[in-house]
Amino acid sequence: MPRVSRRNLLKLSGTGVAAGGLAGILASGRAPAYAQGTTMHWLKWNDFVPAADEHLRKVAIPEAEKALGIKINMETIGLNDLQARATAAIQSKAGADIIMGFNNHAQLYAASLADVSSLCESIDKAQGGYYDIAKGNCHDGKNWIAVPYCIVGGLMTYRKSWFDAAGITSFPKTWDEYHAAGKKLKAAGHPLGQSLGHSVGDPVAFTYPLMWSFGGKEVEADGKTVAINSKETIASVKFMTEFWKDSHDDGGLAWDDSSNNRAFLSGTISCTLNGASIYIESLRKPDQYKTDQGTPMKGDILHARLPAGPAGQYAFHSAQVMMVMGYSKNQKAAIDFLRWFHTPANYEGWFRSQKGFACGATKVWETNKLWDEDPVMKPFHNAPSFGRVPGFAGPSNQKAAEVLSKYIIADMYAKAVQGMPAEAAVAWAESELKKVYSV
Amino acid sequence: MRIATTRAPRLRLGRALLNQGAKSEEPDMASATTTTTMMRSAMPAGRVHQKAGLLEDERWFAAALLLPTAVLLGLFIAYPFFQGIWLALTDTRVGVPGNFVGLKNFEKVWNDSIFRTAVWNTCWYTFITTIVKLVLGLWLAQLLNRHFKGKAWVRAFILLPFIIPTVLSTFAWKWMFDPTFSVLNWLFWQMGFITKRINWLGEPDLAFFSIIVVNIWRGVPFYAISLLAGLQTISPELQEAAAIDGANAWQRFLHITWPLLLPVTMVVTLFSVIQTFADFQLVYVLTGGGPANATHLFATYAYQIGVGTGLLSEGAAISLAIFPVLFIVVLLQLLYIRRVETR
Repeated sequence: MPRVSRRNLLKLSGTGVAAGGLAGILASGRAPAYAQGTTMHWLKWNDFVPAADEHLRKVAIPEAEKALGIKINMETIGLNDLQARATAAIQSKAGADIIMGFNNHAQLYAASLADVSSLCESIDKAQGGYYDIAKGNCHDGKNWIAVPYCIVGGLMTYRKSWFDAAGITSFPKTWDEYHAAGKKLKAAGHPLGQSLGHSVGDPVAFTYPLMWSFGGKEVEADGKTVAINSKETIASVKFMTEFWKDSHDDGGLAWDDSSNNRAFLSGTISCTLNGASIYIESLRKPDQYKTDQGTPMKGDILHARLPAGPAGQYAFHSAQVMMVMGYSKNQKAAIDFLRWFHTPANYEGWFRSQKGFACGATKVWETNKLWDEDPVMKPFHNAPSFGRVPGFAGPSNQKAAEVLSKYIIADMYAKAVQGMPAEAAVAWAESELKKVYSV
Repeated sequence: MRIATTRAPRLRLGRALLNQGAKSEEPDMASATTTTTMMRSAMPAGRVHQKAGLLEDERWFAAALLLPTAVLLGLFIAYPFFQGIWLALTDTRVGVPGNFVGLKNFEKVWNDSIFRTAVWNTCWYTFITTIVKLVLGLWLAQLLNRHFKGKAWVRAFILLPFIIPTVLSTFAWKWMFDPTFSVLNWLFWQMGFITKRINWLGEPDLAFFSIIVVNIWRGVPFYAISLLAGLQTISPELQEAAAIDGANAWQRFLHITWPLLLPVTMVVTLFSVIQTFADFQLVYVLTGGGPANATHLFATYAYQIGVGTGLLSEGAAISLAIFPVLFIVVLLQLLYIRRVETR
C-alpha cells in the first residue's frame, strides 16, 4: 500500500472537494440528484386527512408522472414549518418548485412567485368561477400569484344531545342566542371551547368573523386608513369578554389548532369552531369516541355556521394555495402538474378522499355528489361562498398578511378576555395596525 | 490566600506538560523532513520546493492547520453575523432585496410594545432560571459527590433531561400542562391540593412560570455534572484540614469549596446565560409566544417577525438587540475568569 503523506492527503482532498463536490454543485446551481430528467419537487403539509396524502402518493402522482413524463417528488412537513421552508428557499433561491401556502401567505412572497394567471384564468372559466376568498388570497390585484388548491370550511361542530338537553333544538342564529345557549351549556358542565392562542388556524378563524359580524374592520377600503378603533369593534370585544367568562372553557387561551379537537372528542366541550376534522376522526374510530350513553359520538355531531351579528354573518375559512416559485427551473413542469391536478377528472379522486374536509376552490364542486352522501357534512358544501379574507375592507395584501401572522386581531380579544378593558385592547390593536399599515 | 498557593503548582505542572508536548513534536517533524526529501526527488523542483518549505515552517503550518476552523467559523458564524447586521440596516423582506434605511428598524422595534415585553421576559427568564439552576445544580453536585451505592447510575440518570432533544421533552411537558388533559392537575386534584384546574399555559403569569420551570428542569443537569467535575478536582485534604481546624460544613463550603469552584462556576454560568438568553425551542413549542404575546422571548419574536411575517430586516434587528446585552454579560464574565486564572 502506498504511504499517504500529510501533504498528499491535503492536496488530494483539496482538489477532490474543489472540483467534484462544492464547485460542481455551485456551477450547476442545483443538487446533483436532480441532474437527470425533470424532477419536480412539491412541498406540502402533512394533510389533516391522511387518506388524502395516501391518495396522492398511490394514485394521483403515479398517474401524473405517466401523463406528463416527469418525476414528482412530493415532500410533506408540518403545517407550522411551511413558512420557514418557504422563507429559506426564497432567500437562497433554491428549493422546492411548488410550495404550499396557507391563507394569504402568498401575498408575503408575491415578488418571488411565478405568474400563474393563465392557468388560474382557464380553471376559473372552466369550473364555475373561483370563490371570492380563493381569488382574494391568490390574486395581487394584477396577476394570479398562486393557484388555489382547496378551501377548508370552518363551521361550528356541536354535540346535538347536549344542546337538546339544554333546550336548544336548533343551532343559535345570532351571537346573543349563542351566548344564552353557552351559559346554559356551561352550567350543565359542557362549556363551549375556543382556541385564542397563537396558532395558524382556529384563533383567527373565530375572531375575524366575530369582528366583521359586529361591523368592525381592520382598514378602510383604501387599504391604508386603519379603522379598527370603532364602536362596532369595541362592542364585539365587550361581547367576547362576557361571552368567554359565561360560556367557555378557559383552557382555550393555551390551545393550539388540535387542542379543541381533543377536548371535543374527549367530551370536555360541547361546541367549537373547526374544520370537519373532528367529525371525520369520530367516523374513523367509532369505538374510541363515545357519548356518555356509550353510543358512537359520530351520531351526536352536527355542523352549523358561526352566528350572525348586527352587521351580518361571516366566516374565515382556511385557504390552501400552491405557489410556483420564481427561482424554480421547472416552472413549466410545475404549472403543467397543477393544470393536470385541477382537471376535474383528476381532482375528483383527491377531493373525495378528503371526505368534505376540503371544499373545492371553484364553485363547480358545491354540487358534487359527495355532499349528498352524508347529511352531517352537507353544511360544508357551499361554506366558501360566505367566507371573507383578512384585510377587510381593504385588499388581502401583504399588510393584511402581516397583521394576520402577528395575531393582532386574535390577541386583541385574548387581551380583553384576560382582563384588559375593551377600549384599551382595541386601542392596542389600533396602534399595532398603524405600525403595519403606515410603512 | 492559601488558595492561590495551592493553584500555582498545578499551573506550573500544566506548563511543564505543555512544554513536553512541544518537545515531543520534534521527532515527528524529523520524520516529516524525511518524507519531504523522498517526495522532492519525485517532484519537479522550484515552486513546489518553496511551498514545501513554507509548510515546514511551524508558523505557516500552524496557520494551515487553523485554516479549516477559521473558514468554518467565518462561513457559519461571522458571515451570518455580519449579514444579520446588514439586514437590520435595510428594509429587506422575503424575496425583496432591501435598501439601506439606517437605524429605522431599531427605532420601530424600540417603539414596539411586544418587543418590550420580549425584552423584559428574556431578562427575567434568564435571571431567574440561572440563579435557580445554579443553586439546584450546586446542591445536586454536592450530593452526587458523596459515595453511595449505584452512584454511576444516578449520575447517568441525572443527565437525562439534558440529553433528550429539547423539542421532544418539551412536547412531553406540553402534555403535562395541557389545559384539558394535564397530568399535573389530575395529580394535584387527586391529592386534594386543588378544586379547580390550573390553566398552566393559558394565563400570562402562569405560562411564564411554566416555561421557567421547564427551562430549569432541562438546565440543572448541565450545572450539576459540570460542577461535579469541578468538585472532584478539589483535594479532599483541604476539607479534612479545615475540619480538623474546627470549620463546620457551611464554613468549609464557604471558604474552601466555593472559592475553588468559582472558575468552573463562572464558565458554566457563562454558557448557560448565553443559551438561555437565546432560547427558542422551549417557548416555541409550549406557547408559541402566547397567550397574547405574554411569553415571547427575543428569539421567538424575531422568528415570528422574520419568518412568520417575512420582515427579515426587522427580525434581524430584534435578534441583534440581544447582542449588546449578551456582549456585556460575556465580557464581564470573561474578564473575571481571566483575573482568576492569572491570579
